[in-house]
Amino acid sequence: MDTRRRSRSRSPFREPFGRADPSRPTIWPTLAAPALFIMALTCAKAGTADPPLAERRSGYALMSPQTRAMQDDDVENPAMLWVQDGAALWNRKPAAAAPSCAACHGDAQVAMRGVAARYPAYDASAAGPLDLEQRINRCRTERQHAAALPFESRDLLALTAYIARQSRGMPIDIAVDARTAPFLAAGRAEFERRRGQLDLACGQCHVDNWNRHLAGSLITQGLATAYPIYRFEWQALGSLQRRLRGCIGGVRAALYDYGAPELVNLELFLMWRARGMSLESPGVRP
Amino acid sequence: MAGALIRVPSSARRGEIIEIKTLISHVMESGYRRTEQGTVIPRDILRQFVCTYNGVEIFRAEIYQAIAANPYIAFTTVATESGRIAFTWSGDNGYSATQSVEITVS
Amino acid sequence: MKRRKLIVAGGAVGASLGLGIRPVAAAPADLHAAIEALVGTATVNKGRVTLELAALVENGNTVPLGIRADSPMTEADHVTAIHVFAEKNPQPYVAVFHLGPRAGRASVSTRIRLADTQTVVAICVMSDGSFWSGSADSVVTLAACVEPA
Repeated sequence: MDTRRRSRSRSPFREPFGRADPSRPTIWPTLAAPALFIMALTCAKAGTADPPLAERRSGYALMSPQTRAMQDDDVENPAMLWVQDGAALWNRKPAAAAPSCAACHGDAQVAMRGVAARYPAYDASAAGPLDLEQRINRCRTERQHAAALPFESRDLLALTAYIARQSRGMPIDIAVDARTAPFLAAGRAEFERRRGQLDLACGQCHVDNWNRHLAGSLITQGLATAYPIYRFEWQALGSLQRRLRGCIGGVRAALYDYGAPELVNLELFLMWRARGMSLESPGVRP
Repeated sequence: MAGALIRVPSSARRGEIIEIKTLISHVMESGYRRTEQGTVIPRDILRQFVCTYNGVEIFRAEIYQAIAANPYIAFTTVATESGRIAFTWSGDNGYSATQSVEITVS
Repeated sequence: MKRRKLIVAGGAVGASLGLGIRPVAAAPADLHAAIEALVGTATVNKGRVTLELAALVENGNTVPLGIRADSPMTEADHVTAIHVFAEKNPQPYVAVFHLGPRAGRASVSTRIRLADTQTVVAICVMSDGSFWSGSADSVVTLAACVEPA
């Protein structure tokens, strides 16, 4: 980013996010990375990907009153149609000899409370983070001996929305420890990396230019507080990965497949950025 | 699968005007969209919504493709007697769905 | 400079890829034809009908619309139907809502699609056969109907 752009910027942040820093090493020493990252996390500063909690705004705050009212009422919120389907799926056996979700977990309102607020979460058998969709599919294949549900399928979205609903109103709380640190660092790298024909990094819109418009859409801070969301643009419910692929395609970069580690790491980082904020799932967004 | 959300008060006083809110899952494919290959996606919409109160029609809507996906229709009615308020949605490709709720009116 | 041109031309961040062939938008003439098909040569009185419609919508795919008509909703004097038109949609007729004295009040809410910045018109048919209309304008930057899937 050239200096002329910087001096004209009306951004409240102190430094343009997208400026390349040639002094930053591109390869982290493996042992130092987790410790250094954990240290870096404790010093949040404005103008970076991680503003202080008081300066963070959910996309909800940037919506019109009509759209907020739609999210606030469970009969008006179209995402609740998927939650209703998810409740039915929770109690349904995927096959004659297989247990339903309820058979192991019981009442979702009890068993799933708090789960979505801490996802993506580290899974030892995967030796890495899994998002909620992947966690559901792990249960389906390993515990229910059923086929995994395709990403963005109606059933997977319904179950994800139903489970996420059980954490509504709870603070987002992503674990930061030696196990998650390298994946958080990788997610931050995805967030900071310029990509595509438009050569944009996430932060150039979502840190430097939030609350301004791009092609008719208001840019949010990209704090993933409400997923899965009913998005007017999609006229349907969709996952955070669908939204990320939309942006990545929008800057004319090659898309990651659903479930790709790059997307999961980015999800992890985005949920970490939103830590302490209230989970709104399932939300409504333009 | 893919049902409706309905809000009707479970009880009301006789003569009270109550608000009814309905939300049904339906793609409302307008018939104007095209795939990336350029072929038109055929129209597939709901066409009619009927509400009856103990069998008597109290509200009807005829809707077209400018009604948004997952149609939301809210209206009012006077609580006259206890009984069943029923909702029927019908549309293209033989689509039909029915749901009902009970109301106590005193 | 070149990057800025790409951003302006790219314009579709968040929108889908691919190009769709835009159908011919309804002209105001189509709107008048549609209204005439409803009312014939009768007079349409302006008034008694209020539309709740945001002046600027975030996305034309889902636009909340409320319609209220000033009527006692008695057996003798009530709204029998509310017809809704969108001036510049590919076809202007949106919906008709059939009411009666059992409604208590003439009040309907729904969500519509708007394909362009335009005027939405509601025409109420009263029990005495008269027509009353109200309208509201809305600015739409992200259009429904004409964007590719």
